Amino acid sequence: MIGEKTARKIAERVLAASEADETEVLVFGLQEQLTRFANNVIHQNVAETDTAVALRLAVGKRVGTATSNYVTETGLERALGAASAACQGDLGSHAEDADYPGLPDPLPVEPVNAFDERTAACTPAERAQQVGVVCRRAEELGVNSSGAFSTSVVEYAVANSHGLFVYHPTTIASLTTVVMTEDSAGYAAAASWKVDEVNVAALGDKAIDRALRSRNPQPLEPGTFPVVLEPHAVADILSFLTYMAGGMMVSEGRSWMTGRQGEQLLSPLVSIWDDGRDTAGWPLPFDFEGMPRQRVDIVRQGTVGDPVYDRRWAAKEGQASTGHALPAAHPFSPWLNSGTYGPVPMHPAMASGEHTVEEMIAGTQRGLYVTRFHYTRIVHPREAVITGLTRDGTFLIEDGQLTTPVKNLRFTQSYLEALAGVEMVGKDVHCERDGFSVTLAPALKLSAFNFTGATTF
Amino acid sequence: MRELTDLALDTAETRGASYADIRIVHRRTQHVGVRNGSVNTLSSEESVGFGVRVIADDAWGFAASSQLTREGVERVAAQAVEIARASATVQREPVDIGLPEAHTGSYRTPFETDPFSVPLEEKLSLLLAADEAMRRVEAVRVAQGAVVCWRENKTFASTEGAFLEQELVETGGGIVAYAVGDGEIQQRSYPNSFARDQRTGGWEVVEAMELPANGERVASEAVALLTADPCPATVTTLILGPTQLALQVHESCGHPTELDRVFGSEAAYAGTSFLTPDKLGTFRYGSPIVNLTADATIPGGLGTFGYDDEGVPAQRVPLVREGVFVGYLSSRETAAQLAKLRGTDPAQARSGGAMRASGWDRIPLVRMTNINLEPGEWTFEDLLADTGEGIYMEMNRSWSIDDKRLNFQFGTEIAHEIKGGQLGRLLKNAIYTGITPQFWGSCDAICNADHWRVWGTPNCGKGQPSQVAHTGHGAAPARFRNVEVGVKV
Repeated sequence: MIGEKTARKIAERVLAASEADETEVLVFGLQEQLTRFANNVIHQNVAETDTAVALRLAVGKRVGTATSNYVTETGLERALGAASAACQGDLGSHAEDADYPGLPDPLPVEPVNAFDERTAACTPAERAQQVGVVCRRAEELGVNSSGAFSTSVVEYAVANSHGLFVYHPTTIASLTTVVMTEDSAGYAAAASWKVDEVNVAALGDKAIDRALRSRNPQPLEPGTFPVVLEPHAVADILSFLTYMAGGMMVSEGRSWMTGRQGEQLLSPLVSIWDDGRDTAGWPLPFDFEGMPRQRVDIVRQGTVGDPVYDRRWAAKEGQASTGHALPAAHPFSPWLNSGTYGPVPMHPAMASGEHTVEEMIAGTQRGLYVTRFHYTRIVHPREAVITGLTRDGTFLIEDGQLTTPVKNLRFTQSYLEALAGVEMVGKDVHCERDGFSVTLAPALKLSAFNFTGATTF
Repeated sequence: MRELTDLALDTAETRGASYADIRIVHRRTQHVGVRNGSVNTLSSEESVGFGVRVIADDAWGFAASSQLTREGVERVAAQAVEIARASATVQREPVDIGLPEAHTGSYRTPFETDPFSVPLEEKLSLLLAADEAMRRVEAVRVAQGAVVCWRENKTFASTEGAFLEQELVETGGGIVAYAVGDGEIQQRSYPNSFARDQRTGGWEVVEAMELPANGERVASEAVALLTADPCPATVTTLILGPTQLALQVHESCGHPTELDRVFGSEAAYAGTSFLTPDKLGTFRYGSPIVNLTADATIPGGLGTFGYDDEGVPAQRVPLVREGVFVGYLSSRETAAQLAKLRGTDPAQARSGGAMRASGWDRIPLVRMTNINLEPGEWTFEDLLADTGEGIYMEMNRSWSIDDKRLNFQFGTEIAHEIKGGQLGRLLKNAIYTGITPQFWGSCDAICNADHWRVWGTPNCGKGQPSQVAHTGHGAAPARFRNVEVGVKV
């Protein structure tokens, strides 16, 4: 770990050396370890340690950025020089970033603890021991387990020339597992910033059980069915809808939310929000401009709520920042930057309800039970029409009971229309990692879901 | 570099590794972007670090760090061995990587103009000119353009005696216009999807794109799509344009021929493959005119290099010959596994040279190089004339395929009705769907080499932790019969 003291030192070194009107320094620390298994053995087992900075310099409205993981005096000077070069020279008036809002003054950020010593100290041997339990159990039962178990430490610091400095160390543990038989598969996944809350053996058992129960799947003609969706599938819906809840996409008319704020678009049973302080997820109390993250209600009991903003898009729309800025430049994932995506929710959650999954199944005359979605993509952004497939355990529900496993189906479905037909919401909320964020999602029973194609397995 | 690579290899061997390799990678990139007439991105990125991969106790371990010092190298090499020993506790058979690959040499991407030597002013004025051309079209809501310059210097050394140095240079760019109205959001990109084509080469790659000259056309098409008729839901003859065909090749041929995926390495992530080893040499993947190759040696491809990240020389490998599935993308380990499985002579089992890591911090995986649909004999004009009626679709907008790479559904930015042997009315929200071998089996015409070029896909995801690879795909327009298009949404 780099720690707060070193992060501050790195930032201060850059701030002292910069001659720009305004300077921002982001410091990222990463220690990621991941144990991957397939065919009931560990086949990939990796560890990475990295420290990097992202600099944003402004001279008037001329803005340059640079990232580097060469965090030495020479490396920092080189990054500073690269960012400075973009703010200088005769590039004409168009070289200005017309909407650059300037860097913020500090605001109070209440810390949130999301650092777990056990997770930070987890060794390859410990991960192998836990994964080994799943692999041996699968071997005994004649099934094929695969998956990934990761434990990581991530550090974020934001500093700027207006005196702002914030720092947040955090941990994250995540397991995904797929268990296969000759003709079926099962899935389980969970994430937490506390490794002890990821019960690897129990998740393995769940995936094994689902794989065994879904053997000998039968073909099913595509059509429209009521569905019971496990939280894994609901997490996908949540991710797509909140991805399009950024102030840039809404402002530019490229979101399902544009022009619909205040409209009762979804079932009253649906509430969606983004809350970077929720310790049930993977909290990060400030954004990449150092602004405090606020809870934003994106859907309130089915009514379209508010987009999330960074300072740029807040200023353009006459709003205040909600603390949802991405980095201007990201050292580890260059594509993930504020210029490309604008502000985005990174902590999406859906409200829980009152029902168990068993009650949802019991309340379905004829429908489908879906474990998870696979390879989902936007077909029509305005109506949030998404295509994808079912995967790792799809079953018919008949007369209130899970009956026949069925071969996977392709769907092409508006997620908005799907959520307009919510009949029941699960009482438990499940935490799962989704790239740089985690989602908190319940199970759902929907009145209709449009399946448009079939697979042969 | 020799001092550090020797230290890593010595440390790993001293700690008990039976094999070790190290890659030291220094990457520099530059992103320049404009949006609606204003600068959006002026960014330089630098990343340097190394990864040590070992076999110890007959199992794999890998550790990587940005601390490129003697102390860091020693620590990380020891860590990789410790990780391998943990892997060995959940292991069935010893890792076998086949015969040694002890190559020495160097490789540099050929280019005319170093993209980093081109002044920022020139890059910016090119993009702003294209941006202005797009915004001349009323109803364009967002106009965007970007160029990317990429240079990677890497050193590879192994305990088998390999020592390789490479410099890979890529340059890319593109523009996109978004139009919004009538409940529609339409986009048009140039020259490739998602506002970017990329190739190995220098600034000449971007110059050849003629971005400003294409700005107004791209924007006009985005606006016209708002009021175009929707693509009908029917079964028809489909002609795919070159960039969409490149994506089709990527998803339905490239990924399913990755031998690690076939052996289950990716089962818990994007899935496995229908191209199981029992099908090798006999399975009819496509019609007799379909020939697909993995070729890391062609000029300009994003999968063009001198040596892969296991130190195996770049190769041209047939994947589908006259419609029959004949080959895989492979690594040293998977090639050895395949030989054992098929009972062939392990001494003949050599990697196809397709192991690639997205950076110093990731292990190499079996990845696409340049996966090419070899050209056919038709001119595009003759193909249209011969088709009579059907639909032409081009440039990917959405892509989805199942976890065995069989059932796919792809959407394109633009489509035209084909009527009377000519491109007719514009169609929006075009989608087509199919099952991989049936779809390729229905291919009855491929355009000739005059219409063929290699396209870049700089965003191919695979692996956990995730890796983004840069792959190339050669394609020319091709015709497919009896394809299901459109969907009721």
